[in-house]
Amino acid sequence: MSFQKSKFHHPRLPVNDLGLNYRDYEGALSTLCAGCGHDSITSAIVQACFELSLPPHQVAKMSGIGCSSKAPNYFLNKAHGFNTVHGRMPSVTTGANLANRELTYLAMSGDGDSASIGLGQFAHVVRRQLNMLYMVANNGVYGLTKGQLAATADRGMKNKVGEQSLFTDIDLCVMALQLGATFVARSFSGDKKQLVPLIKAAISHQGFAFIDIISPCVTFNNHPDSTRSYDYVHQHITTAAVTDFVPVKQEITSDCAAGICEDICLHDGSLMRIHKLQPDYETKNAMKAIVDIETHKKKGEILTGLFYLDANGEHYHEINNTTDTPLNKLTQDDLCPGSRVLSGINDSFR
Amino acid sequence: MKTTDTSSYQHFLKVVDCQHACPAHTPVPEYIRLIAEKRYTAAYMINWESNVFPGVLGRVCDRPCEPACRRSRVEEKPVAICRLKRVAADNKEDIHPYLPKVPTEKNGKRIALIGAGPASLTVARDLLPLGYDIVLFERDPKAGGMMRSQIPAFRLPETVLDEELNYILNMGVESHFGEDISSLSNLLKSGFDAVFVGTGAPNGRWLTIPGHDQVNCDGSTSVDTGINWLSNVTFGHNDSAPKRVVVLGGGNTAMDCCRTAKRLGATEVTVLVRSSFAAMKASPWEKEDAQAEGISIKANYTPIEYVLEAGKFVGVNFEQVTSVYDESGKRTLSNTGATLFVACDLVLVAVGQDTAFPWIERDIGLRFNKWQQPALNKATLQSSLEQVFFGGDAAYGPKNIITAVANGHQAAISIDIFCQGKNAETDRPESAFNLISQKMGIHDWSYDSNIDHQARNLVPHISWEEAVKTLNTEVELGFDEKLALEEAQRCLNCDVHTVFNESTCIECSACEDVCPTDCISFVDAGNEENSEAVNDQHILSQLKVTELNPEQELFVSAPLKTGHLMIKDEDVCLHCGLCAERCPTGAWDMKKLLLDNIAATIK
Ligand SMILES: Cc1cc2nc3c(=O)[nH]c(=O)nc-3n(C[C@H](O)[C@H](O)[C@H](O)COP(=O)(O)OP(=O)(O)OC[C@H]3O[C@@H](n4cnc5c(N)ncnc54)[C@H](O)[C@@H]3O)c2cc1C
Ligand SMILES: Cc1ncc(C[n+]2csc(CCOP(=O)(O)OP(=O)(O)O)c2C)c(N)n1
Ligand code: SF4
Ligand code: SF4
Ligand code: SF4
Ligand SMILES: [Mg+2]
Repeated sequence: MSFQKSKFHHPRLPVNDLGLNYRDYEGALSTLCAGCGHDSITSAIVQACFELSLPPHQVAKMSGIGCSSKAPNYFLNKAHGFNTVHGRMPSVTTGANLANRELTYLAMSGDGDSASIGLGQFAHVVRRQLNMLYMVANNGVYGLTKGQLAATADRGMKNKVGEQSLFTDIDLCVMALQLGATFVARSFSGDKKQLVPLIKAAISHQGFAFIDIISPCVTFNNHPDSTRSYDYVHQHITTAAVTDFVPVKQEITSDCAAGICEDICLHDGSLMRIHKLQPDYETKNAMKAIVDIETHKKKGEILTGLFYLDANGEHYHEINNTTDTPLNKLTQDDLCPGSRVLSGINDSFR
Repeated sequence: MKTTDTSSYQHFLKVVDCQHACPAHTPVPEYIRLIAEKRYTAAYMINWESNVFPGVLGRVCDRPCEPACRRSRVEEKPVAICRLKRVAADNKEDIHPYLPKVPTEKNGKRIALIGAGPASLTVARDLLPLGYDIVLFERDPKAGGMMRSQIPAFRLPETVLDEELNYILNMGVESHFGEDISSLSNLLKSGFDAVFVGTGAPNGRWLTIPGHDQVNCDGSTSVDTGINWLSNVTFGHNDSAPKRVVVLGGGNTAMDCCRTAKRLGATEVTVLVRSSFAAMKASPWEKEDAQAEGISIKANYTPIEYVLEAGKFVGVNFEQVTSVYDESGKRTLSNTGATLFVACDLVLVAVGQDTAFPWIERDIGLRFNKWQQPALNKATLQSSLEQVFFGGDAAYGPKNIITAVANGHQAAISIDIFCQGKNAETDRPESAFNLISQKMGIHDWSYDSNIDHQARNLVPHISWEEAVKTLNTEVELGFDEKLALEEAQRCLNCDVHTVFNESTCIECSACEDVCPTDCISFVDAGNEENSEAVNDQHILSQLKVTELNPEQELFVSAPLKTGHLMIKDEDVCLHCGLCAERCPTGAWDMKKLLLDNIAATIK
C-alpha cells in the first residue's frame, strides 16, 4: 500500500505565472475509496488553481464533515484550511471571510453536509451572498457513515441495501437559484473538460458561486439501482452549454457567433465563453434555469453546465458596506482612534 | 489509433528500457531486485544466462542500458546498472552447481569457432549443453580476444576474465591456441557441420599523413597503432613507454592507450582529437578517468604531418579545426588557420580498426559487400555460404563486448537450427512470454513499489595518484554492500508492467488523477467520418502531457464502454502501482514480464 505519491513528475509539465507546476497544488495522497468521484473533483480543483496561478497561501479551504469534506486535505497543502463540524462550514466561512476578505474561499461539502444537517446554514450563506466558491460533492448518500440515502437522492432510488428514497429530493442548484446565488452550475466529477473551466470561472467570480458536482460513491452508491453510479451518469448526462474560461491576460482569438455563443465578462476582466448546446439556453434567467433543471429531471436526464450567472451582483461585503481593509488588518489605532476623533464625532451631532 | 497488440511480448519488452537497450536483453530489473534481496548468486546467474561475462561486463561494458534508463527521464542520472552487475559478480558464491550440464553423449555435430573472443565463446556456451562438439581456433596464446589483448588490467583484472572464460572452456571446448586460421577453404574441408567466424576487427588503422612512410624506418617504434601497442603490453612484449607520448583519436582505445602509457612511465601524455571534447567517441566515464589521472586532452586538433629531423622522428604537426554541423547533424571540420607542433617520442594511433579477411578465399561462394564485409542475413548472421556464420566485430565492424555476446546467442540459435536441416530464418523459434500478477493483498505487491528519490551513487576508486603507479591494479573498487543496496533501490522495476483490462474499467478516472507522471489519459476517440490522421491528431491533443519520446510507443486500449480510449504514455511511468491501487475494479494490475527464451528475442 502506498502512502505517498512520488515527487517525480513528467519532465514536460508546464509551469504557471508563479513558476509552479500543477503538482505544487496537490495535497496528501487520498485515503478515500479507490475510484471515489471526490478524488476527481480534487484533481479538477488542483488543475483550476494551477491554471489560475493562485498563490496557495492566499486560499482558505473550508469544509464540514463527510468523505467530501475530507477532500481538502488532498489538495493545496500549502493553503489555509478549516475542517469544521458537520453542516457548519458556512458559518465558519462567514466568520473567516469577515475577518479577511482578501483570501479565496474554496469550500467543499457533501450532499449530507449541505442538504441534511446543514441545510439551514446552506440557505443562509446563499442569502448572504458570501464571496466564496461553494462546491457540493453530490453522491446521493452519506458516504462516510456507510451509505444512508441523502436528501438529494432521487425519489424512488434505492441504496445499496435496498432501502428506497421515499421523500422528495432536494436540488441544491434550484435552492441556490431561488435564494439569489449569482453563479450556479452543475457538473460531473468525471467530466473535467467541463468542471475545470467552471471552477476557474467560479473562483474568479466575485460573489456567491455554487457548483453541485455529481460525484459517484463507488462503494455505497455505484450499484445498478442507483441514479448516481458511473454508468447511470455516463448514460443520462446532458449538457446545456460548454463553457470556456478565458483569463484576463489571454487574447480572445475567435469570434463569438451570435445565437450559439455568448461572452460574459467577469469582475476581474476575465471572460466566460459559453457555447450553447440547447438552442433556448440562457445565462441570465434564474427562473428559466429552474424550469430547465426540473424538466430534464422529469425526462430522467441530468442537466449540467452553467445555469445562471450575474457577474455584477453584490456580495456580502458590498451589501454591508464594510471597509476595504480586511478586518484582521485593522490596528488598534484604526479601531480605537482616541478621544480627539470621538470628540470630533460628538461635535458633529451638536 | 491502433489498439496495442499485446499478443506478443514486443510492446512489453520495449517498456523495459534497459533490457530493451541491452543487445542481449539482460533482464536488468530482475537482477537488481535480487541484489536488493542480497541474493547475489541468483543475480549473477540471471546475468550469466544473458550476457555470459557478468564480472567482465560489470566493469567494462559499454552500458547502452544506462542512457536508456527511464530514471534519467524523471531525474538526473540513470541507475548504475553496470556497477550493480559487478556487485553480483563480486559477492556471488560458487556457481558451479548452477552451470548447465553438458551431455556426455554428443549429438554428432562438430562446429568450428574461429577466434576466442566473446562472440565465439558465447556460441560455445550456448551449443555445448545441446550436445555439440566445439572446436576452437585462436591465434593468441590464450582465450578472451580483445577482452584480454586490449582492455587493460587496471580496468579488467585478469583473474576476473580468466574465471569467466574458464566456466566456458571447462564445459569441454576443444581449444587450439596459437593456431592461426589462414584458409577458410581448408577448414571447410575438415568436415565441420558449421563454422562460426568470430575473428573480431584486429587491424588498427594508420594515418597516412606526410611523414608516415619515413617514421619507424630507423628500426625504432615512433608511431604504432594503439591496438598493436596495447596487445604488446598485455602479452609482455612491451613494458615501458618513453617520456612524451601523443595519442591520436578520441575513442575508448585512445583512453586505454593514454592511461597505459602513463602507467608505463610516460610523464607527458597528450590525447589530441579532431572532434570537440563533447563529441569524442569515448564513454564519458573513460574521459573523466583519463583526466583525473593527469592526462591532457586537446580537442579540435587534426594531425597533418609527422615531423622528422635528420631522419629522426621529433613530433607531430596539427591544425586547429572547429566542428560545423549542418541541419542534418552532419559534421564538417573547418580550419581555424592555427597550427600546433607537439614534440614527442611515441605516437599511438587510435583512429579506428578494421576487420581482416585475407584468409577467406573469394572463390568459395562466400559473398562480400562493397566494403569488403561478408554479406550477412541480419536475422540469422548466416553468410552466403550456408554453413558459415559470423558474429561480433567480424560481422559488422568494431562494436563492443555485449554486442559480440548478443551476436553469439543469435548465431548459436541459427547454427542449431541449421544443423537440424532447417531454415535458420523461417524456422527460428520465438520466445513465449508470461505476465505474472504481483498482487499479494488488496494494495500489496510482491515487488517494492515505493519510489526512492536518492541520487545516483558514485563508485569508489583507489586514489588517482596510486592508480597511475601500477599497471595492473584495478582502479575502481566497486560498490560495497551498503552502496549496492542503496543503488538497487533506485531501480523503478520497469519489468513490472501496468496491465489494463478494458472490460472492467468503469471510467472513473481515478488512475488518471493519481498518476504522478501523467501517463494515463482517457480520451475521445474522434469521429469515424474523419481520416485516421485527423483522429490520431485529435487523440494526441488530449494527452495530459505531450509525449517526450515517440520511440517508446503509447499503449492504446480498445474502446471502452463510453467509446473513449485509455492511452498510456509508457515513457515516464514509474511503475509505482498507484494506478492499480486506486482502481476500484482491478482494471489495472501490476504484472511482471517473464520471457522464456531471451536469446530468441535478440533480433
Ligand atoms: C583498446 C580497446 C578497448 C576496448 N574496451 C572495451 C570496453 O571497455 N568495453 C567493451 O564492451 N568493448 C571494448 N572494446 C571492444 C571489444 O573488445 C570488442 O568489441 C570485442 O572484444 C569483440 O569481440 P569479438 O568476439 O567479436 O572479437 P575479439 O574480441 O576481437 O576476438 C577475436 C579473436 O579472434 C582471433 N583471431 C582473429 N583472426 C584469427 C584467425 N585468422 N585465426 C585465429 N584467430 C583469429 C583474435 O586473435 C582474437 O582473439 C575495446 C576495444 C579496444 C580495441
Ligand atoms: C453532528 C453530526 N451528526 C452526524 C454525524 C455523522 N456523519 C458524519 S458524515 C455524515 C454524512 C456525510 O454525508 P455527505 O456530506 O454526503 O458526505 P459524503 O461522505 O457522502 O461525501 C454524517 C451523518 C457527525 N459527524 N456529526
Ligand atoms: S464511501 Fe463513497 S464517498 Fe466515501 S470515499 Fe468511499 S467512494 Fe467516496
Ligand atoms: S504505475 Fe501507474 S500510477 Fe505509477 S507512474 Fe505508472 S501509470 Fe502512473
Ligand atoms: S481507476 Fe480503474 S476503473 Fe477507474 S478509470 Fe482507471 S482503470 Fe478504469
Ligand atoms: Mg454524500
